[in-house]
Amino acid sequence: MENKTLYTIIVHSENLAGILNQITAVFTRRQINIESLNVSASSIKGVHKYTITCWTTPDTIEKVVKQIEKKLDVIQAHYFTDSEIFQREVAMYKVSTPEFQKNPEASKVIRRYNAHIVEVNPIFSIVELTSMSEDITNMYQDLRNLNCVLQFVRSGRIAVSTSCFERVNEYLAHREERYLKEKNQ
Amino acid sequence: MSKEKISGSEALMRALEAEGVKTIFGYPGGAIMPVYDALYDHRDKLNHILVRHEQGAAHAAQGFARVSGEVGVCLVTSGPGATNTITGVADAMIDSTPIVVIAGQVGAGLLGTDAFQEVDLVGITQPISKWSYQIRRADDIAWAVARAFYIARSGRPGPVVLDFAKNAQLEMTEFEPVQLDYIRSYDPDPETDPRAVAEAVTLINESKKPLVLVGQGVELGEAQEELKAFIEKADIPCGCTLLGLSALHSDHPLNKGMLGMHGNLGPNVKTNECDVLIAVGMRFDDRVTGKLETYAKQAKVIHLDVDPSEISKNVKADVPILGNCKRTLKLLTELIQSQKHTEWIESFKPYEEKEYNEVIEKEVYPADGPINMGEAVHAVSEATNNEAILVTDVGQNQMFACRYFKYTKNRSVVTSGGMGTMGFCLPAAIGATFGAPDRTVCAFMGDGGLQMTIQELGTVMEQKAPVKIILMNNNYLGNVRQWQAMFFNRRYSFTPMMNPDYMQIASAYGIPSRRVMERAELNDGIQEMLNTDGPFLLEICVVEEGNVLPMTPPGSSVNYMMLNLDC
Repeated sequence: MENKTLYTIIVHSENLAGILNQITAVFTRRQINIESLNVSASSIKGVHKYTITCWTTPDTIEKVVKQIEKKLDVIQAHYFTDSEIFQREVAMYKVSTPEFQKNPEASKVIRRYNAHIVEVNPIFSIVELTSMSEDITNMYQDLRNLNCVLQFVRSGRIAVSTSCFERVNEYLAHREERYLKEKNQ
Repeated sequence: MSKEKISGSEALMRALEAEGVKTIFGYPGGAIMPVYDALYDHRDKLNHILVRHEQGAAHAAQGFARVSGEVGVCLVTSGPGATNTITGVADAMIDSTPIVVIAGQVGAGLLGTDAFQEVDLVGITQPISKWSYQIRRADDIAWAVARAFYIARSGRPGPVVLDFAKNAQLEMTEFEPVQLDYIRSYDPDPETDPRAVAEAVTLINESKKPLVLVGQGVELGEAQEELKAFIEKADIPCGCTLLGLSALHSDHPLNKGMLGMHGNLGPNVKTNECDVLIAVGMRFDDRVTGKLETYAKQAKVIHLDVDPSEISKNVKADVPILGNCKRTLKLLTELIQSQKHTEWIESFKPYEEKEYNEVIEKEVYPADGPINMGEAVHAVSEATNNEAILVTDVGQNQMFACRYFKYTKNRSVVTSGGMGTMGFCLPAAIGATFGAPDRTVCAFMGDGGLQMTIQELGTVMEQKAPVKIILMNNNYLGNVRQWQAMFFNRRYSFTPMMNPDYMQIASAYGIPSRRVMERAELNDGIQEMLNTDGPFLLEICVVEEGNVLPMTPPGSSVNYMMLNLDC
C-alpha cells in the first residue's frame, strides 16, 4: 500500500446552504476520514473558506480536490503538504486550580509551550495554546500526567499558503476578465 | 406604476417559456398542484406529457435531451414523486444529459417537520446532480430557473434539481425573466493551455500509430465536423465509446468500431499497440479500459475534455487539453500536419476479418436455428436505411443493438451507459419521439427491461408516440444469465423469467403488434412495424441462450477478447 501523507485542503466556496455537505460527500464516497475541519468567512465578501485535513495518497488527493472543485458553487480547491503552509490550531485546557497550584511542574509546562492562562477562579483555570498540532497534543499529555486536566478541546487546523498571493482573488478577477472578453468578441 | 404581480406558479411557467421549453414530462400530485393549475392556462405552449410513473418522466426527459440537444424538463410532486425520479437524475449525471427536474416540496414553514410527502430532496440529490436548489420564495424563481437551465446545458451537461416549496408556488411576485450566462464559481469551458496544444501537435505529428477514442463529448460539444476534419487530416483510425457511437458515422472509413467489453476486436486490440492515444470527450470507464494496469501503457495519452476532474481520473494523461472539444479539436487540426497512416490502418483488417468470421457472420447470418439478437438488430437497422434513432435498454439487448445498429446521423444513440439502468428504454424512447419528431425511433429491449417500466405503454397509447418497440424476448434476464454461464458454473439463479402474453398487453393498450418466431417472417414483421403509423410492438422470439461476443472478461486486459465461450 502507498504511504499516506497528511494533506491540508483549502476550499473557497459561495456562502450558500448545503455546500459543506457536498464537500464532505466527496470524502465519504471514497471512505476518507476527515481529520480536522474549519469553516469560516474568508477575506472576500460572500465567500466561505474551508480548511480540511486528511491522510491519503498523492494520487487520491489530486482526484478528491478536483471532485470538490467540480461542485458548482465551489470557487477553488487546493491541497498542500505541511511544508507548503503555515498552520496553527487553538486548544483550551480546563485545569483544576487547586491541583494546578499544588504542582510546581504545571506552570513550567505552561511556560515551556508559551501558553496563556486566560481564566483563573478557585475551582478551575483555563489555559489557551495556539500552536502546531504536535505541541497541542504534547502539552495535553504533560498536563494530564500532572493529573490536573478537567476538559480539553482543540480547533481544526487553519492554514495560509506560503505563496505571496491570495489565489482566489486572482482567480475571480481573471474569470471575470475572461468572461467580459469572450462576451465582447 | 408598480409592476404586475403574479403567482410563483405562473412565474415558473413564464420562466420556462423564456428558456424556450416546449415539452414537459410530468405527473401531478399534492405539493405541485398550484403549478399544474398554472400549467392548465399554458398548455397550448407547454406540451405536457403525462407519464405513468415519475421514473418514466425522468427517462423521457433524458431521451428528449439526448436526441434534441435541448434541456429535458420533468415536473413531479414532492416525496415519492421526487424520489421516483432519482434513478433518472443519477443516470443523467453519469451520462452527462441535460435535464431539469422540478419537484414540488412542502411549504417552507413545514420543512424539517416530517410533513406529509416531505423528503430532503436537495440532500438526496446533491451527490448525483450537477446542481440542486430549493426555491423557498417566489422572488427567487426567475433567478433559480435561469441558473438551472444555464447549468444543465452548459459545459459538461447534467441534471439540475429544483425543489419548489409550495408557499413559493402560491406567493405573489413581480416577475421579470433573468438572462444568465456567467457564474463566477463555475467555468463551463476551461482555458486551454497553448503549451499542451503544442505538445499534443508534436506527439501527433511524430506518431506512427495514433488512435482516437471518440466519446459522447463530441456530440455534446457538437464537434462532429471538427472531429472528422481532425482525423481526416491526420489520417487516424477511431474507436467509439457506447455513447459516442453516432458521433462518427458508421460508414466513415476511419471508424473502426466500438470500444469496450463487448466492442469490436480491432480498436480494443489496437489500444494496446498504438503509440499515441487521443481521447476526445470520453472518461475511460472501466467497461472501456478493462484492466487499468495494462491499459495502453505503451502509448502517450492526450486527453481532450471539458471537465478537469476527468483528467487522469482513471488513465494518466500525458497531455491534458482542457476545453470544449469543438474548440480544441479545431485548434489541433489547424496545427497538425497532413499525414497518411496507411500501414497502421491496414493492420486493423485482420482483426476485422477475424471478428467477422468468428462472431459477426454467425450472429447476423445464421443458417438455421432460432433468430439471433444481432440478426434482428441488423435487419431493423438495414430496413431503416441506417437512419433511425436507436434507443436501448440495458443488458444483452443493449450490447447487440449497439454492436449491430449502424449510424448515419448525429445524436442517434440513446442508451444508459454509466448507470446501466434497466427500464430506461421505453420512457427514453417516448422522450426521443418528442425530441426528434421527424425521425424513426427504434427501441430495443429485453423482456426484463420492458417489464420494469411497462406502465409507460399507457403514455405511448395516450400520446400515440411513434415508438417502434422491438422486444427481443428470450425468457431470461439474458446478460446475467450469460455471466452465470461463464463465471458461476451455469447456476441460473433467478434469471429464467415467466413472461406475459405481450400481444394481449399491446392489444389492451391499443398498440398494433406482431410476434415473430421464425426467420422467414422477420423482415416482413419489421416492414409491418415500419409501415404502421404510430407505435408498434414487435416481439421477436430470439434464441434463449444467446451470448454477446466478443467479450473482454472483467479484470482482463483490453486487448484480450474472447471470441467464443470455449476458450
